[in-house]
Amino acid sequence: MIKYAIRRILASLPVLFGVLLVTFALARAIPGDPCRAMLGEKATDEVCERFNRERGFDKPILVQFGIYMNELAHGDFGNSIRFRRPITQILVERLPMTIELGFAGLLIACLIGIPLGIVSSLRHNSAVDVGTMVWANVGVSMPVFWLGLMLAYVFALVLKDTPFQLPPSGRLSAGVVAMPFYEVYGWELTEGTLIAKLLEFVANFYVFNSLITLNWEVLKDAITHLILPAAALSTIPMAIIARMTRSSMLQVLGLDYMRTARAKGLSERWVVMRHGFRNALLPIVTIVGLQLGVVFSGAILTETIFSLAGVGRSLYEAITARDFPIIQGFTVVVAIGYIVVNLVVDLSYAFLDPRIKMS
Amino acid sequence: METLSTDFRKYSRSENLWLVALRRLFRQRSGIAGMILLGFLTLLAIFAPIIAPYDPIQVLIGVESVKRRADPCIHLLGCPEDQPQHLMGIDGNVRDEFSRIIYGTRISLRIGFVTIGAAIIVGTILGAVAGYAGGWVSDVIMRVLDVVLAFPFLLLAIAIVAVLGPGLTNAMMAIAIINIPAFARVIRSSVLSVKEEEYVSAARSIGASPLRILFLHVLPNAISPMIVQGTLGIGTAILETAALSFIGMGAQPPDPEWGSMLASERNQVFSAPHLVFFPGLAIMITVLGFNLLGDGLRDALDPRLRL
Repeated sequence: MIKYAIRRILASLPVLFGVLLVTFALARAIPGDPCRAMLGEKATDEVCERFNRERGFDKPILVQFGIYMNELAHGDFGNSIRFRRPITQILVERLPMTIELGFAGLLIACLIGIPLGIVSSLRHNSAVDVGTMVWANVGVSMPVFWLGLMLAYVFALVLKDTPFQLPPSGRLSAGVVAMPFYEVYGWELTEGTLIAKLLEFVANFYVFNSLITLNWEVLKDAITHLILPAAALSTIPMAIIARMTRSSMLQVLGLDYMRTARAKGLSERWVVMRHGFRNALLPIVTIVGLQLGVVFSGAILTETIFSLAGVGRSLYEAITARDFPIIQGFTVVVAIGYIVVNLVVDLSYAFLDPRIKMS
Repeated sequence: METLSTDFRKYSRSENLWLVALRRLFRQRSGIAGMILLGFLTLLAIFAPIIAPYDPIQVLIGVESVKRRADPCIHLLGCPEDQPQHLMGIDGNVRDEFSRIIYGTRISLRIGFVTIGAAIIVGTILGAVAGYAGGWVSDVIMRVLDVVLAFPFLLLAIAIVAVLGPGLTNAMMAIAIINIPAFARVIRSSVLSVKEEEYVSAARSIGASPLRILFLHVLPNAISPMIVQGTLGIGTAILETAALSFIGMGAQPPDPEWGSMLASERNQVFSAPHLVFFPGLAIMITVLGFNLLGDGLRDALDPRLRL
C-alpha cells in the first residue's frame, strides 16, 4: 500500500511540474506589466526598471523559473506584488475560508445527494425516482452565480425579519470577532514560526475554532453565514452525486449476490446498505473526488457574490491585477490539493474493494 | 393448403440501427422534453427579429418615457394600457429586457455549437494520434491533457482569457480548450479498442492507410459516445461561458449575452430582482434542454439496452 502511494505521488510529479510551468508562463503572458499595474500608468521607466530589478523580473525567463523552483523547494512562495506581504501569510488567512466553504458544500451535496440516489434506485421509475432525476437535471443546469443571487434575494430580503432570515455576505456579522483558540487557551506563541503559522491557519477555520473554544455565539454566526454560499455551491455536485449513486446502485441491485443475501433471510436494510451500497461506493467516491474541481470553480463565483475573502476570489483579482506571485502560489496550492484528493480517492479503492490489489 | 411464405426478406429484414435509435429516442420522456425545449429555443433564435418587440441594443431614453430598471409591465396582467408594454422590464441602460433575452438565444446557441465543434475536431485529432502512435507520443499527449484537467476549469479559462484579452471569441476559445480532453479521451479509447481487431490488421495488411482506418472503422465506433458527450458538452459550454461573462471576461457590452446581463445587474438584485432572475432562467432552460436531450440520446444509443 505504501509503495503504491509513493508510486502514485511520483507519477503525479510531472503533472505538478506541468501545472507550475503553465501557470508561470500564463502569468507572464498576460499583457501589461505588474509595475504599471501597481504604480499606475504614470510610473517612469527608471522607477519600473528599479521595480523589476528588485523583484528579479529583468532576468531571462528560464532563469526566473529556475529561481522560482528553487524558492518553492524551500517553501518560499515569495511576496505579493500588491500587498507586499508573504504569500504564505495570505494563504494562511484565506485558504481556510475556501476549504470551509468547499467542505460544507460537498458535505451538503453528499448528505442529500447520496440518500436521494439510494431511495431513487430502490423505487425505480416511481414518483420519487422521476422527481429526483428531474430535480437533478435542473440542478445541473443552473448557473451557480444565479442560484447564489436568487438565494440571497429570498433569504435576505423576502424572508427579512423572519426566523429564516440569513445574511447575504461576509463570514461573520459586523462586530463579531472569532478569537483564535490559542489566545483563548492562553498559549504563548513566537511570531513568524512555523508552529505559529500552522495554529493561525487552523484558527481561521471559524466553525472549527469556535467549536473547540465552545464559543456558541460565534459558531452560530459563522454557520448562518456559511449556509447560503454552501447551499448554492452544493447544488451541482449534489445533482451529479445523486445521479451517480442511483445508477451505481441500480447496477449493483440486480446482481446475484443480492438475491442470495435476501434468500439468507437478512433484513432488507442490511441487504441494501451492507451488500448493495458498500459495493456501489466505488464510482460514487470517484465522482465525489472529481467534484473538487467543480466546487473550486464554483467557489470563485460564490466568494465573489457573497463577498467572502477566500482563495478563489483572490486568484481572480490577482489575475486581473497581474500579481504573479499570488497567481503562481495559489495555483500551486490548488493543484497540490487536487493531487492529494485524487490520491486519497485512489487509496480508498483498496479499502472499499479488497479485490483491487495495489500491485 | 397454404404454404409458408418463402419471402424471407419479410421476416428477417435488418433495420437501420440509426432508425432504431431514433425511434427509441422518441419513446424517451427526457429525449422528447429536450427536443421540444431545444426546438422552441431554435425557433426563438431564428425568428428573434419578429418576436422581439424592440432592438436589443436600442436605448429607450427619449423614445419612451420609461424609468431605468422599471418593473415588468404586462398589459394582460393589469399594467395600464397607456404605459408601453415591457414583458420583462427595463434594464440598467434603459433597454427592453425581453428583447435582449430573445436575442441572447442566438448568442448562446452559437457559443454552444462553435465551442464544442472546435473541441471535437481538435480532440479527435489528438485522441487519434495518441491512440495510434502509442508509446511516448501517446504519453506526452495524455500528460498534457492531464495538466489541462488538473486546473479547475474556471481558473484556466480566466487565465487564458487574461492572456488573449476579454471578449466573446477569446472566451469561446478558452472554453473550447478546456473541453478538448474529454473528446480526446473518447477517441483514444475507441482507437485502442479497434486497433486490436482482426479486420483492422487485415485492412492494414492490404495497405489501408491509418487515415482510412480512422474514418472507416474508428470513428463510426466512437460516434455514439461522441454524440452524447457533445450534446452534454454544449450545455456545459454555455454555462462556462456565462460564468466567464459574469466575471467580465466574456461577452462585452452591449452584446445581449445572458451571463453579462446578469453581471451588470448583480448589485441591484435586491431592488430589481427581475433583471437577475430572467437571464439566469434563460440560461437554465437552455442548458436543461441540452442535458435532457443528451440523457435521452445516451439511453437511446446504448447498445446494451433492449427496449
